[in-house]
Amino acid sequence: MKPTLPRYASAAGVHPPLDSTAYQSSRLRAPKQPLVPLPQGLTEVTGPLLGPGRVTADDADLTAGHAGQPLGERIIVTGRVLDSDGRPVPDTLIEVWQANASGRYAHVVDDHDAPLDPNFTGGGRCVTDSLGQYRFVTIKPGAYPWRNHHNAWRPAHIHFSLFGRAFTQRLVTQMYFPGDPLFPFDPIFNSVPDPRARERMIAAFDIEVTQPDWALGFTWDIVLRGQAATVFEGTGEI
Amino acid sequence: MTLPVTPSQTVGPFLAIELPWADGPFVVPAGTPGAIVISGRVFDGAGQPVPDALVETWQADPAGRFDHPDDPRGPAAPAPAEFRGFGRSATDAEGRYQIVTLRPGALPGPEGGTEAPHLDVSVFARGLLDRVITRIYLADQPEANAADPVLASIGDPARRATLIAIADAPGQFTFDIRLQGGQETVFFDV
Repeated sequence: MKPTLPRYASAAGVHPPLDSTAYQSSRLRAPKQPLVPLPQGLTEVTGPLLGPGRVTADDADLTAGHAGQPLGERIIVTGRVLDSDGRPVPDTLIEVWQANASGRYAHVVDDHDAPLDPNFTGGGRCVTDSLGQYRFVTIKPGAYPWRNHHNAWRPAHIHFSLFGRAFTQRLVTQMYFPGDPLFPFDPIFNSVPDPRARERMIAAFDIEVTQPDWALGFTWDIVLRGQAATVFEGTGEI
Repeated sequence: MTLPVTPSQTVGPFLAIELPWADGPFVVPAGTPGAIVISGRVFDGAGQPVPDALVETWQADPAGRFDHPDDPRGPAAPAPAEFRGFGRSATDAEGRYQIVTLRPGALPGPEGGTEAPHLDVSVFARGLLDRVITRIYLADQPEANAADPVLASIGDPARRATLIAIADAPGQFTFDIRLQGGQETVFFDV
């Protein structure tokens, strides 16, 4: 009997098209040639299993590690990483980065005229637990202007990077906050063609996660491509 | 149960706050016997270097196996020491990345045949709303490359050549990535 390889379902139509003309930076960077179909083989259904060795407990608290507390609204961001079959994705590395409460990144190329915060760098990481759960403590990032078009502002967001357990599942995305008035004007948020899919990038305020006298809570689940088994056609011998 | 997938968004211009790792480019530690270096530059459609990209690689070990539960053959025995399989390199001001690794082995293809040694590559950058995926094959294995089903699926020899890293010297390869333009790299939908 041939062993079976997982096969990951297509996410066609969910992700933004690469050539989104409203997003100026895509004009010279998005490929023009059609993508070539790549059958999923061993390289694609496996992937780096980057676990606890890459993180310490403090790495999930973006308000820690400096001389004092950062300015801004302290928040908890938590949720689960699942695949599209509804299965939790345990032991997987999540990396996050974000602007400070003023909407300024601690990065040399950010020249927005807003103050840096000496108590906030804005990078963090954690590994999901056995139920696929993650939890970060941070401050709510500010909105900020950018040069895409006249009076362009990014809605507040936190960048997320996820591995899952297969090359096919790798995902970099952004988490937004509920009710942001900038959504209708943001070409990056709106690059996702399906309005319901856009909603899946928005966290929910959660009073159960909110801690009295300490921090507001937001819940955001992340869904990676799931799989259905198929027959492994290789011989297993080289 | 089927849950809808979370959409991709661009990595943006500030990925350097979190994503580069000191050991990122080292799939194996520097000085590992048999290590090869793959480096190159990322260019945009105007031929300008992309200084804010992130290049990631994923590959089999030298026996063509993966230390992963979904490789039904299991890892090589013994598994190569300190081999992570995964590399990550941010580009510098000249658009250059570099990966230090071991040669991947050939492996069985999903639709039969044998895949030539290769690395799967993800490229992230401001301006890319989703990662783009390509593959690196090594020019000094022409017979394996000639039999590779993925390379064979690309009819235009000039396009196919964009997937072959040039052998500069023993153990040294150059693989440039052109996101757009006349010599645009082949990118895959997987």
